[in-house]
Amino acid sequence: MGQVEGLEKFLKEQPVFQDLDADSLAFVAGCAMNRRYEVGEYLFEEGDDAALFFLLRHGTVAVEARVPGRQPIVIQTLHEGDVLGWSWLAPPHRCTFDARATTLVRALSIDAVCLRNKCEQNHELGYRIFVRFAGIMADLLHSARMQMLDVYGPPQQGARQ
Amino acid sequence: MEAAPDRHDGTDPMMPRPYRITTRRRDLADTFTMTLEPVEGEPMRFRPGQFNMLYVFGVGEVPVSISGDRDDPRHLVHTVRAVGSVTSAMAALTPGAVIGVRGPFGTAWPVDEAHGSDVVVVAGGVGLAPLRPVIYETIARRQKFGRVVILYGARTPADILFERELRDWRGRFDMSVHVTVDRAGPGWSGHVGVVTRLIERAVFEPDSAMAFVCGPEIMMDFATRSLEARGVTQDRIHVSMERNMKCAIGFCGHCQYGGDFICRDGAVFPYSAIRDRFHVREL
Repeated sequence: MGQVEGLEKFLKEQPVFQDLDADSLAFVAGCAMNRRYEVGEYLFEEGDDAALFFLLRHGTVAVEARVPGRQPIVIQTLHEGDVLGWSWLAPPHRCTFDARATTLVRALSIDAVCLRNKCEQNHELGYRIFVRFAGIMADLLHSARMQMLDVYGPPQQGARQ
Repeated sequence: MEAAPDRHDGTDPMMPRPYRITTRRRDLADTFTMTLEPVEGEPMRFRPGQFNMLYVFGVGEVPVSISGDRDDPRHLVHTVRAVGSVTSAMAALTPGAVIGVRGPFGTAWPVDEAHGSDVVVVAGGVGLAPLRPVIYETIARRQKFGRVVILYGARTPADILFERELRDWRGRFDMSVHVTVDRAGPGWSGHVGVVTRLIERAVFEPDSAMAFVCGPEIMMDFATRSLEARGVTQDRIHVSMERNMKCAIGFCGHCQYGGDFICRDGAVFPYSAIRDRFHVREL
């Protein structure tokens, strides 16, 4: 019981779950589990069933894209306080990238199937969670677009350097 | 922004002075740093953020920010990215060669106004070069400032400018340095992501911090938004703008930016003064 209370307190401090009521927090805590990953270990891999998502408590995770014939490309690193994983939200619920621990990682994993089912039953909870995750996904999309722009490419000729 | 010092000592600002290249170091595949000394006469005094017009005789002239230490005026340092005919010709010059220099021009980073406050330096790509004099200044007068935070974004690990110095600065106990890249291979153990993510996490006092931002305009746009979101007021954010500069003294109009000429009224502006122009198309 003590551990679940500790998880609820931790969840309450996370922006993604900040505005959930006590019952909803208790439910999410019931879907949560502390996990530890060693350096080089994968939290999930591309194509995996997106059965979990993570709240990082410690360490760094590299989100990597597989490129045939080349080494993987790291497209983002996530750190303490970040949420890892959004593929659980929408069909086909498959992970789209690899997530690899580049340091020792301690994370809280959330059973996505459990939470998804709860959201189906409790639309108020579902709405709150989806709004929060929409914000996370918007940030990811914005960052990805910025990275695609290649803003550090060669400047215009004649511009001051 | 600080007013420029008496920059030409009564001499014609359109007349280049000959400077000899004394050292030249390649920083990146397309970027190099060269040290210049006047062929004759007194060294140039400048303020962090100012720029010079560098003239490759027979080829042309380009505006380049001073990237050296103002406490060491004998060595005039510029970091140049070879992207056009003049800078490519400059890249081919070796120590001993002479180029023409006009300047210094433009406004300066208001470093003195940051005394007693945290200093947040946000740089992207070669935008670190115009900010390096600010970093030297904060190190030289470290006790005058609160926290010093350097946030730097580059395209890939191979594109990190002044990597050795960034490591040195990070090794100090009195400043915090965070570097991120847009993409990396699996061997890179640092941050990957946009520089705004570093702003979200950096430790500084937003109410009183002074932020200096330099990089591609789109990066500065999002960096200023992130700084504002953290609570830094617009008048305490300064950005360095760039446009096509020719005369550098506000005559030719090539670098007009709304009601200002970047060469004369900038390149360093308080964000509050130009914020509304950031989103004007084709300005």
